[in-house]
Amino acid sequence: MEEQTWELRLYVAGKTAKSVTALANLKKYCEEHLKGKYVIEIIDLLLQPQLAEGDQILAIPTLVRKVPEPIRKIIGDLSNEEKVLVGLNIRPVNK
Amino acid sequence: MTAAFNLNEKNYFNKMATKKEKTPPKLTLEKTPTGIVGLDELTGGGIPQGRPTLVCGEPGCGKTLLSLEFIVRGATEFNEPGVFIAFEEKSEELAINAASLGFDLGKLQNDGLLKIDHIYIERSEIEETGEYDLEGLFIRLDHAINVIGAKRVVLDTIENLFSGLSNQAILRSELRRLFQWLKDKNVTAIITGEKGDGLLTRQGLEEYVSDCVILLEHRVVNKISTRFLRIVKYRGSVHGTNEYPFLIDSEGISVLPVTSLLLAHEVSTDRISSGIPVLDDMLGGKGFYRGSSILVSGTAGTGKTSIAAYFADSTCKRKERCVYFAFEESPQQIIRNMKSIGVDLDTHIKKGLLQFHASRPTLFGLEMHLVSIYKTIKKFKPQTVILDPITNLITVGSVSEVKSMLIRLIDFLQAEQITVMFTALTLNTIVSEQTDEGVSSLVDAWLLVRDIETNGERNRGMYIMKSRGMKHSNQVREFVIRDSGLDLVDVFLGPEGVLTGSAREAEQLKLQAGHVLRDFAVGRKDKEIQRKRTVLEAKITSLKEEFESVADELNKSYQEEDLRNSVMEKNRAALTNIRNNKEAATGKNRKAN
Repeated sequence: MEEQTWELRLYVAGKTAKSVTALANLKKYCEEHLKGKYVIEIIDLLLQPQLAEGDQILAIPTLVRKVPEPIRKIIGDLSNEEKVLVGLNIRPVNK
Repeated sequence: MTAAFNLNEKNYFNKMATKKEKTPPKLTLEKTPTGIVGLDELTGGGIPQGRPTLVCGEPGCGKTLLSLEFIVRGATEFNEPGVFIAFEEKSEELAINAASLGFDLGKLQNDGLLKIDHIYIERSEIEETGEYDLEGLFIRLDHAINVIGAKRVVLDTIENLFSGLSNQAILRSELRRLFQWLKDKNVTAIITGEKGDGLLTRQGLEEYVSDCVILLEHRVVNKISTRFLRIVKYRGSVHGTNEYPFLIDSEGISVLPVTSLLLAHEVSTDRISSGIPVLDDMLGGKGFYRGSSILVSGTAGTGKTSIAAYFADSTCKRKERCVYFAFEESPQQIIRNMKSIGVDLDTHIKKGLLQFHASRPTLFGLEMHLVSIYKTIKKFKPQTVILDPITNLITVGSVSEVKSMLIRLIDFLQAEQITVMFTALTLNTIVSEQTDEGVSSLVDAWLLVRDIETNGERNRGMYIMKSRGMKHSNQVREFVIRDSGLDLVDVFLGPEGVLTGSAREAEQLKLQAGHVLRDFAVGRKDKEIQRKRTVLEAKITSLKEEFESVADELNKSYQEEDLRNSVMEKNRAALTNIRNNKEAATGKNRKAN
């Protein structure tokens, strides 16, 4: 698990304030906790609407943890760090 | 908003009017036909076009099927592609469910007429943090609509979102936005919702969808379940406001009845025979009116079914079609029994002119019976329908329910110009005859077959209680069932009153004996007179003879006298001659003298 690369996918719809906030928050948390072992893929549903079905996306923005399994989803602008970390199952090392 | 809308609609209509002449150029709500039997009549053409309609009800009342049929009919009958967003069932499950109604969802999807999108939220995998919206749903919907050019959308059941997401404030505002967005997309949408406590839907969706709300209900009365549909609200349109029963069967949903909200059907002056010549005579000589309703009521074993079978027989002999709904006996039983009175129904069945539909009344509720009768009639298109007996329907409904069902059935049949004969059982013990009296005001002709019990035997008497619009006999006839068939005999009106059965026959025999005796007496007197005449004539002859002999005698003496006279005259002349000669010559002649 330590060696695994985290594959995260963020679904957005255009550059809305919420999407921008969510992306900024996500980047911040990843740099803090998963430095060097994460990939973030951003999918803009306005450009690729057909992709929404696959991951059952309803809410925007939605963060999907593809790897490691199982799939986890976090919706919202990710403003609550504690919830995001719990949701992604990232336990801060030094806490 | 209203003004703008009206303007839009006007433009829209103008466009429509130039494109299709069929659409009347008037400023009314444009409607989208659902294609569901009965619902379009009920709503005056369908649900509001380009607006969302809410269909709500308890679990298992048919919301999903109704909305699915809306989409499928749109795709197959009106060439309007549709999107089905399923929040509850997976598309494979939906396809299986729809297959039971004869819909092939797979084919429609391949043809690009249908798109099913299954949306589910797994609460356990979702964490909410911060602000979000449901743009993803919009995008998916938009994508689905655009891909197939959908005109119809179903969201089944959108309230499932509430169990998946916890932020109600966001959900509600997003739903409001969604419904507005659907209107802007100009798609006709059906949104389903579960019935809640005191509310039409659990989440109060009705406050967002204000144009048309349809409520489905599923009620079990006397252990028999019936589904009902009611249009709670339909803004800007006239609609039926009652609860209408509906049926889900192998061909989808049928809402009933909607045939006649008015009493304005065509009537016929054409007459058809009852199959019993004497009965036709009693009905002004020609029988019943075509398209009328006839009630035959009577106590047990009075031959109601026989009358009905005769009617069916005569219909088929005219090469017309007849449907016989039997609620008491099986078709084979009726065929066998009718053979015993010389009615061969079997050949009519083989020729395809006669159909039997036998079912126990308790098989399903009254409304289901009505729907199944309706569907059978629509399919077979008979000229004559027989329901035997309607009294059995009481077991599944109250008198008023049966009556209301029959009203609607009669309305439907009259609109289709179908003649219907009901039979009803009356009970001797109950003073007022229930069903037949309840129904009698509805029917055009009412025949009553009654037991007349005298001298230790029961005989059947038939009356015509009423027959609208024709002269009919007021006489009681005795109704006789023989091996050769049914017959109506004049009852004997003797000095002792009305006589039937063997009393009638005895009276007739007595009468006959009287005739014979009188004939005999008359004969004897005739002979005596003849004899007297002979005697008289003989006497006359003998007197004549006597007279003639006397006359003869008289004649004889006359003749003799004449003869004598003539002889004497001769002699005298001779003597004179001789004397003269003697005087001249010798006297010898004198000596000789």
